[in-house]
Amino acid sequence: MKVRTTLTAACVALAGFVLCFPLVMLVAGSLMGQTELSSVLGGVLPSGEGYAQAPLLTLNPTLESYVAVLVDTPAYHVLFWNSAAITAGVLAGQLLFATPAAWALARYEFPGRNALFFLYVLLMMLPFQVVMLPNYLVLNALGINDTLPAIILPGIFSAFPVFIMRHFFATIPNAIIESARLDGAGELRVFLTIGIPLGLPGIFAALVLGFFEYWSLVEQPLAFLKDQALWPLSLFQPTVSFDNVGLVFASAVIAAVPAVLVFAMGREYLERGIAATARKDRS
Amino acid sequence: MSMPRPPKAIIVGAFLAPSLTGLAVFFLAPSFDVARRSLANPSGTEFVGLDNYATVLSNEAFRLAALNTAKFMAVCIPILLIASLTVALFLRKSTPFKALMKTALLLPLAIPVFSAALLMSVTFDAEGIANGILAFFDLEPVAWMGTDAAFWVLAASYVWRNLGYCIVLWLAALSCIPETLYEAARVDGANSRQIAVRITLPLLAPSCAVVVVLAIINAFKVYREAYLVAGNYPHESMYLLPHLFNNWFASLSTAKLAAGGVLLGLVLFLVVCLLFRSWAKQVRADR
Repeated sequence: MKVRTTLTAACVALAGFVLCFPLVMLVAGSLMGQTELSSVLGGVLPSGEGYAQAPLLTLNPTLESYVAVLVDTPAYHVLFWNSAAITAGVLAGQLLFATPAAWALARYEFPGRNALFFLYVLLMMLPFQVVMLPNYLVLNALGINDTLPAIILPGIFSAFPVFIMRHFFATIPNAIIESARLDGAGELRVFLTIGIPLGLPGIFAALVLGFFEYWSLVEQPLAFLKDQALWPLSLFQPTVSFDNVGLVFASAVIAAVPAVLVFAMGREYLERGIAATARKDRS
Repeated sequence: MSMPRPPKAIIVGAFLAPSLTGLAVFFLAPSFDVARRSLANPSGTEFVGLDNYATVLSNEAFRLAALNTAKFMAVCIPILLIASLTVALFLRKSTPFKALMKTALLLPLAIPVFSAALLMSVTFDAEGIANGILAFFDLEPVAWMGTDAAFWVLAASYVWRNLGYCIVLWLAALSCIPETLYEAARVDGANSRQIAVRITLPLLAPSCAVVVVLAIINAFKVYREAYLVAGNYPHESMYLLPHLFNNWFASLSTAKLAAGGVLLGLVLFLVVCLLFRSWAKQVRADR
C-alpha cells in the first residue's frame, strides 16, 4: 500500500512537471543568447539546419533578448498596453455589472429566476463565433467598430462571471443575511457589507479567470479591429527569423508574466471559486 | 424605526437591470435580427424561408467543420474527464505536496495563448523538437501540422490547458461526499471497487454536468491556438466550426453566418436544457 501511494505521488508529480515543462522551455529560450538559441532551434528557423532541441539550460544566460523586446520593439509596447486596456476595461465593467446580477440570481426568489439563469447559462455556452454577427451589428449601429470599446463592451456583459459569482454567493449561509436584515440593514447594505466581503473569493475567481481570458484574446480583435495598432498581445506576429527568435521567446515570456503573477496571487481564490460551481448547494 | 422597505421586485430589478440591459443590447436584440437574417436573402430584403439553412447544411466546408468539431468534442471531452477524475482521485488521498501539485496542474490555465502557440510551432514544426526526439530513436519524422496528426496536436493542447481546471472541479465534488458514507460502506464490508462504483461515481454524476459544460465552452476556444499556429486554413483534420465561421465573417457571407449561428445556437440550447434537467433532478433528489 505504501509503495502504491509513493508510485501514484510520483505519477502525479510527473504529470505536474510535464504540464509546466513548456514554461521552462520558454524561460530557458528567452535567457539564451541569440546565437545559442538559433543553433538549438536549428531547422525550425528559415535558414537553420537539423532538428530542433528543447531549450532547457544555458551556460551563458543573458538578458539581451529582453532588452531587444523592451527597448528596441516599440510595436510590442503598443500591443502590450492594448491588452492591458482591454483586460482592465472588461474586468472593471464585469465587477460593476456582473456582481449585483449574480447576487440577485443567488439570493432572491422571484418569478422567472430560473428562466433568467437559463438565459445566462445559454449565453455563457455560446462560442464567440455564434455571437460574432449579433455583436458586429450592434457595434456597427453604435459606430464603435474598429475601436477598443468594440472589444471591451461585449466583454463586460459576458455571462461567465455571473455564473461563477452566483454559485459562490449561493454558498453564503442564510442565517448571516437574515440576522443582518433583522438588525435593520437595507438590501443594498446587506449586499455591500455581507455579500461582497463573504463572496470575495467568488468575485476574485471570476476576475482571475476573466484576466486569463481577455489577456489572450484572439477572436474578437481579429473580427472587430481592422486597425492593427489596436491589436492585443496575442496577435503579435513578428516574422520569426534567424536573428530575432530570441526576441520572440522573450516577448512570449513577458506576455506570460502578468498572467502568472495574477495566478500566483489569486490561486487560492481561483480554486475556491471554480470549486463552488461544482458543489451541490445550489439554492 | 427603520424605513419601510421597497418592494422586492424593485430591489431585484435594481440589482439585475444593469447587466440585463447590456445583455439585451449586445446579445438578445441583435440575435433576433440575426435570426431574421437567417431567413432572408443576403441583402436582407426578401424572405427566402429555409434556403440559407439548406445552403449551409449542404455546404461541404460546413459538413467538414461540423464533423471535425463533433469529433473533437467526442474524443477530447471524455479523455479530459477521465484523466482529470483519475488525478483528482489520487490527489484527494495523497496529502504531501498536494497544494504544490494543484498549482502545477492549474498553471497552464494562466499561460497566454500567444506563448503556448509559439511553443507548439517550435515543437511540431517539420524539423521541430518532436521530430528531433523521434529521430533520436531512429523513428520516421511526422508532418505534425500537415496530416491528421494536427487533430491530435490540438487535442493535446486542449487537455494540457484544461486538465487542472477539471481536477479542481472534481476535487470540489469529491469533498462534498460525506466521509460517513465511506465509513458506513467499509463497516458493511465493501471493498474499494464497490465503494467507487456504488458511492463515488453516482454521487459525482451531478457535478459531471458542470464539468462537461465548461469543457464544451473551452473546446471552442482551441481555435485560438489553432489560429495562431496554423492560420485560417489549417490542415483539414483540424478545420473546426470557429475557422469556418470566421472565414464566413471575413468574406461577409452574413446569410450563411446567420443560419450557421442559429443552428449551432440551437444545438447548444439543447445542451443547456439537458444541464438544467439534470440540476432539477438533483434538487428533487435532495428533498
